[in-house]
Amino acid sequence: MKRIKRRYLALKVECETFPTDREFIDAMWASVTKLYGEVGASLTGLTLIDFDVERKLAVVRVSLVTLNTLKASIATITSIAGKGAAVHVLAISGTLKALYANKKRIF
Amino acid sequence: MTRAFADLHLLVNPKDEQATKKLINKAAKLGYHYISIPLVSAPSQEDLTKLEAMCKQVGLDFVSRVDFHPRSENELTRFLRRFRRKFEVVCILCDNKEVSRQAAKDKRVDLLSFCSFDFRKRFFDRAQAELASKTLAALEVDVKPLLILEGPPRVRLLTSLRREVAVAQEFHVPIVVSSGATEERFMRMPKDMASLAYLFGLNETAASDAISTNPEAIVKRNREKLTSRFVAPGVTVVKEGKNT
Repeated sequence: MKRIKRRYLALKVECETFPTDREFIDAMWASVTKLYGEVGASLTGLTLIDFDVERKLAVVRVSLVTLNTLKASIATITSIAGKGAAVHVLAISGTLKALYANKKRIF
Repeated sequence: MTRAFADLHLLVNPKDEQATKKLINKAAKLGYHYISIPLVSAPSQEDLTKLEAMCKQVGLDFVSRVDFHPRSENELTRFLRRFRRKFEVVCILCDNKEVSRQAAKDKRVDLLSFCSFDFRKRFFDRAQAELASKTLAALEVDVKPLLILEGPPRVRLLTSLRREVAVAQEFHVPIVVSSGATEERFMRMPKDMASLAYLFGLNETAASDAISTNPEAIVKRNREKLTSRFVAPGVTVVKEGKNT
């Protein structure tokens, strides 16, 4: 079986309040589903790896083939848990190690 | 070489100093180099200087831009005659076919913008693209409607945009992607804007050009034209001689 290639994304959440990890990932799923439908969303393999509530930083994992669709979906997020919000992609990496190695530069 | 990113469409009332400052600061934080706030008709020199100073404070380059919504061809030509030399960027909001065709034909128009909420009022077809390709007018696409619309209206908008972008690329009409943001939450990083452009069929390079190279080319071209040294396209005064 062919190995699934993945990418890790470091995200910055801009929101009036402090959303929980559950609220954040729900907003991500809602956005992907709205844009690409349930089948499209299921292909992304979206997983929340890390979420820093205080600094509003998140790390998610996604399959490489759906990276562009996920980036577009992330850019269309305008609210999290009913509050106005925006999510920016800070960095993309092939491994968590490389992503965290850039931690100081990014965060 | 690093790209200089531009957002030429920040929709805020320049009289509202606080809101304007917020958007300008946000644009600087997100990594833009050029920003523009469209003005209507003739703003005072004081307003322009104030906006320029605000932008300079945070390291941004302010581009003066005017948006006009003409109802007839005559109104459009009269407006261009009056305001072309006062602004660096002129955008025409086309909501009827006659105006859009005339705007595409006129070399003084920089940006062609169409209504995002009514697909029947989008006239960017092959004929329009052919006219625009001869005059350097660019097609402007705002991303804000993609963020606020949902369901069938967004589907219709994406369908129109995908078709228009394909036509524009076929005829080599430059595409400029702007935010059209009225609030901070509708502003996105340049890379995120490029990701949104992926939704209507722009590849990574074309999307990056649409937020950097294309708007920058318009600004540079017009700034050169507005200098006293400009004579005609390709002809500038390098040195003035003495009468003997």
